[in-house]
Amino acid sequence: MLGSRYAQRTAYSFDPAAEAAAATDAILHDTLHGERRGVVVDSPPGAGKSTLVVRAARELAAAGRPLMVVAQTNAQVDDLVLRLAEKDPRLPVGRLHSSEPGAFDPALAELPAVRTSAKAADLAGMDIVVSTAAKWAYTKVDEPWRHAIVDEAYQMRSDALLTVAGLFERALFVGDPGQLDPFSVVGADQWAGLSYDPSSSAVSTLLAHNPDLPQHRLPVSWRLPASAAPLVSAAFYPYTPFRSGTDHGDRRLAFGVPSDGSGVDRVLDEAAESGWGLLELPARHTPRTDPEAVRAVALVVGRLLARGGAATSEHSPDPAPLTAARIAVGTAHRDQAAAVRTALAELGVTEVAVDTANRLQGREFDVTVVLHPLSGRPDATAFHLETGRLCVLASRHRHACIVVCRAGVADLLDEHPSTEPVQLGVTVKFPDGWEANHAVLAHLSEHRVPWRP
Amino acid sequence: MSLIETLARMEAVATGRAAPLATVRHRHLSEQPLVFVPLTTAGEAGAPLGALVGTDREKPALLAVPQPRNRDLRFAFLAELAESLLPYVDGFADVVEWEERKETDPETGKKVPVQVELCADAPQLIVPSAAGIDFVRLLGRSMRFRRTAEQEPEAPYPAPPHVPLLGRWFTHFGERARVPGASLLLSMTGLLTRHWATGQSLLEDQHLGALLAWIDPPARHPTSTPRRQRSAPALQGVSGRAAAERAESARDADGRLLCPPAGPATDPAFDNRLLAPAMARFDAGVPGAEDEIHGLIESQLRPTWDAVWHGIDLLRGLPPGARVADRWKRDRWSYTAHRDRVRAGEPPQPRRDDAVTAAQKLASRETAQAQLDAQEALDDPLVMAGRRLAGEALEGTVTAVEMAFSEGRRPMPRPLVTLRTADRTPLPERAKLYRALPDGKTQTAEFVAYAAEEPGALVVRLTGGMGRGRTPEPGSVPEPDDAVCWTLFEHAPRGGPELPDPEDTPWTHGGPPGATGAPEDTPDTATAEDFL
Amino acid sequence: MSVPDARLPRVNAFRDSRHAAAPPAEQPAPSPGLRRSLTALRGAGVRPRSLDARALAALAANPGCRRRALLDGAGIDKGALAQALGSPATYGQSQFAFVRGNSFEARVKADGGADLLRLLHERLRPGTPPPEPAAVATPDLSAAGPEGRAARTALALREATAAGGWALLDHPMLAVEVAGSPAYVEPDAVVVHPDGGWTVVEIKSFPMIDGVADAAKVGAAARQAAVYVLALETVAGHVAARTGREVRVRDRVLLVCPKDFSNLPTAAPVDVRKQLATTRRQLARLTRVEEIAAALPPGTTFDLRLTDDGRATRPPEELTAAVEAVGAAYAPECLAACELAFHCRKRAREDGAVEALGRGVRGELGGLHTIEEVLAAATGADVPAADTPTTDTAAPDDPAVHALRRAAALRAEALAAAADRSQEAECR
Repeated sequence: MLGSRYAQRTAYSFDPAAEAAAATDAILHDTLHGERRGVVVDSPPGAGKSTLVVRAARELAAAGRPLMVVAQTNAQVDDLVLRLAEKDPRLPVGRLHSSEPGAFDPALAELPAVRTSAKAADLAGMDIVVSTAAKWAYTKVDEPWRHAIVDEAYQMRSDALLTVAGLFERALFVGDPGQLDPFSVVGADQWAGLSYDPSSSAVSTLLAHNPDLPQHRLPVSWRLPASAAPLVSAAFYPYTPFRSGTDHGDRRLAFGVPSDGSGVDRVLDEAAESGWGLLELPARHTPRTDPEAVRAVALVVGRLLARGGAATSEHSPDPAPLTAARIAVGTAHRDQAAAVRTALAELGVTEVAVDTANRLQGREFDVTVVLHPLSGRPDATAFHLETGRLCVLASRHRHACIVVCRAGVADLLDEHPSTEPVQLGVTVKFPDGWEANHAVLAHLSEHRVPWRP
Repeated sequence: MSLIETLARMEAVATGRAAPLATVRHRHLSEQPLVFVPLTTAGEAGAPLGALVGTDREKPALLAVPQPRNRDLRFAFLAELAESLLPYVDGFADVVEWEERKETDPETGKKVPVQVELCADAPQLIVPSAAGIDFVRLLGRSMRFRRTAEQEPEAPYPAPPHVPLLGRWFTHFGERARVPGASLLLSMTGLLTRHWATGQSLLEDQHLGALLAWIDPPARHPTSTPRRQRSAPALQGVSGRAAAERAESARDADGRLLCPPAGPATDPAFDNRLLAPAMARFDAGVPGAEDEIHGLIESQLRPTWDAVWHGIDLLRGLPPGARVADRWKRDRWSYTAHRDRVRAGEPPQPRRDDAVTAAQKLASRETAQAQLDAQEALDDPLVMAGRRLAGEALEGTVTAVEMAFSEGRRPMPRPLVTLRTADRTPLPERAKLYRALPDGKTQTAEFVAYAAEEPGALVVRLTGGMGRGRTPEPGSVPEPDDAVCWTLFEHAPRGGPELPDPEDTPWTHGGPPGATGAPEDTPDTATAEDFL
Repeated sequence: MSVPDARLPRVNAFRDSRHAAAPPAEQPAPSPGLRRSLTALRGAGVRPRSLDARALAALAANPGCRRRALLDGAGIDKGALAQALGSPATYGQSQFAFVRGNSFEARVKADGGADLLRLLHERLRPGTPPPEPAAVATPDLSAAGPEGRAARTALALREATAAGGWALLDHPMLAVEVAGSPAYVEPDAVVVHPDGGWTVVEIKSFPMIDGVADAAKVGAAARQAAVYVLALETVAGHVAARTGREVRVRDRVLLVCPKDFSNLPTAAPVDVRKQLATTRRQLARLTRVEEIAAALPPGTTFDLRLTDDGRATRPPEELTAAVEAVGAAYAPECLAACELAFHCRKRAREDGAVEALGRGVRGELGGLHTIEEVLAAATGADVPAADTPTTDTAAPDDPAVHALRRAAALRAEALAAAADRSQEAECR
């Protein structure tokens, strides 16, 4: 089923660089010269969102139009400031931060044109001022900024936008609609169906009130390889397809040490060859920190490093060694991440990023190892079925993604009760977790290596 | 469900009796609560069938609607309800304390202290179940936009006086009940499930009779109510499970459930076999039919009424948590503020919140939730045990204290405290920690490192709560062998940032409200024909 | 109650909601042997109980339950069975609700459905010319028997679609294939649009207050409406072939409810695409009934051996054994969705199944399935390994066991501390 859909889309000739450049030009045109107060850009995983933000910010600044940038986390803010400084070391950039110690990356202090302060007044006159939504919310201005860029706008809650929207006249909203939705720890059902439901995403509120704002989409993922983009696009972005900027054969993953024939090595070879690997453990109900699955994840990482992996890509024709820093492990829960870290430490591996989907959002690696959110579970819950969670985990890699999972997930999905309540006036979100999970699972089963620990 | 609660439920299965989930009472319980047990007509929104109301468990006021299809009879019910409730609600309005609060001076723009009234106590409504809270909200919505003859002499079907006012109070109680930890309006099932784990599921716990059967199996307390006394011999020594199953489905000779649903929904069998024929007799003008209906409705209400008071007795057996009064004070502020809005002649609450109000409510409820979580843990070792299990707190014994000072022009005390703990809490680098001091203040600290040579030992650096001097205030630094409990969560989490005024709602959220759409407080449409 | 049975093949058909109008012919057809064995399960001469839309929609409430799949697939009266087993369901509808529902529906459809069409036009077709009440066709659908009414409905749909105007079909009859046999379902109304679109109309008596309705009830209505949409798609295929017109069964249905506290109708569109996908999956899964039936001990039957006046004469022990022959997946949610739930609950409680305390309880228990096992693990006693599959025994390094022991110790410590404190308070 999926196969035929991919074929349809690759049938016509497609120049990714030209398509992406055309989309970027249209976005910049609307941002710099458009009449409307807002421009919305949907960016699938690895489609160059940060590059776009940096470029739009620099062009606005160059046109003599100072702007504020709103991001969601301190790490994102620091990253943006570093990228701006890298592109133009003399560009005056302000980093507004909280007064807590260690509120920003000390590396920013080294940058000559970057000024950091906890007070917005200290940063007056800077071309660009960057901060988190939480910090901006406590900031008062006499005159609103003429321009703003709101980054990760789909992960921003509507009420957070409400606290900062008074600070600017117009804004470019950029984000990935396929990742995890914002949530609230208390019930917000009473506002369901309202255009300004405070617990919904900033973009849904914005578009509900301004339906005719120009909306753009970045059409090319530069991160996801040709083996991954079609699946991720079809499973998580069914109505807004994108494709990979590279073709089959542009990227290569190879190992210096041959396979020892074990399940772990075979799944590595499968993933190196096809971009995907499923290491399937025997069916069993387990608690979240399934020791066998955790150990399997650690072993996969260990072998990835021990076998001297090397990645060839359009960036470097010479193979670049696959180092620990280029590998990530993704889990659904924090205690799983902690268990994997412990297991890796026992193998002497320390540099690998091990985190939950929430914390891996926006990051990029060569190879990812994923502990499937439904592995070993006796039941699927809304949390584990959430589309965004699986999307984040399946779309962080440039070369290959290896999923470790217990058998039986397909049955688990089939037995999942569907008795969801329906709120009037709330737009149904597609795809639903059930469909997306099945699509990914069906694809992974073609790259399955069974393994008995 | 946390593992500790799962275990408690299984313990309850094994012993046949509910197991404690709390060692103190986490909700304020008024000296004089008002119990409200409502029933509604099946299939009809806003057609109450009857209610028991009152503050005296021996003398509830019975309100009944002999024919809910009749608008006049429904209005008569609402008028009676307003008469029995409003004096209680108003009864707390005039006994006030003075509190100092900072307000912005409109001329200087500076924050200045002002003296404001705070009601010394507030009303507390207790309904049987969560559905009862929804019904209070529904009644509030159905009444607050009605117009009395005084307000609109020309309009047809005027509502009796006070009905719109009761609607506004019910709406306020209903909204307040959404705030975590708030206690102006509580459900008995919510109160009991917070404090006890039964040997059945949370879903089954929504049946008040079954829930009580687990917590206090009737055979052990044959004297609790006359009704139970009668059936006690048959239940000698039964387990909570048997008692709960009996409460769910046992019927008397007339086919009436011994333990009718706690409302507002009625038992369909009761409707069909007893109530409908009696209503037909009432419609036909049969003498005594109205009394018969009153009797029938009371028979369905009284067991629930008794059950609610039984629950109140059980809860009173628990000592209140130390921070419960602090939360109740916020309820008193809420009551006082609504009293002021009513007195100022403000219009009823709108049908739906505007963008700013919705965001404000969400933010304050999130803060209230964080505060409640923290306060319950600090008040109750059993709740703290759950947080420790979840890796959000750790308890240990101090083994060493080493004095140290901060760098800088004015060195401040920053003692290093080593403790030994059995809690395997994963601490991120420089994790911020909090500890409650005996005087109620909070001490902050920072995780330094795990002690290398000793498993289960770690070092933290105290960073606050020691006063302003160079020497820490007495008692503010723990000593060796002291037991200490550090949490990773804040003890008094603050609210979020200020929101714009509604008239400054930004363009992203549709601009100021009222710019489009109808005025929010127009009366409800009424249809001339009004029948079920 | 253990790891899902691997012998059951998974049904992959119609998994994808974007493949909307899958004709029923693609569904795996049941074998003639199945029909025979299902008849034997019901008992000779017992007519299968036809599933209505509500029952079909409820298939999704617990798809993991083989017992329910078998009983529903075989058309067995679960209510009567539960009664005969001594654990009757406690459902029932109040006649007040029934009367109210009927009178509201009558009101909505009065005057040739003028109110209904006005609402439909406002909510689903704004910007197009409104239907003239006089020009709305209201074909007569009466006929003998469900088959006759379904045929009459199909004819009326064809004629109305060919006519290219508005038509209101009041209580049409539609057929859905359930495990090889037709089930007849009856929507409140179907509206034919001039462009050949068909819309399912659900009329419910719960209120929409300020545009908000009870989400659980709307969800149930949406699942029910999805069954009608599915049934209509079959008819649409035939009509399109016969009329040459494009027929589209709209996946947004119209939900009509009383407005606020009045008797006036109001309406909202409800997108049922997700419910449609779910219903398709569940109907396709019902074909696994054949496998379940084949695994039963020979001679198994659920025949109640009813007397002429409707009393069950089959000994309850025999019935219990028959019911136990097929596994259930009981969860407390069943109590509101299945007539047999009280029986299954009784068994689950007797077995000490952890699910009796709620589905969510299982999450952190790993391979521990009974309360006894959990309590034993928590207190450090030996875990009885008698009848647990070998892969499922709690290993000594099982983090579930560690966590349970830790939880039990923390709980005991806190309770002891509280007891000390209250004793101190008493002494004072």
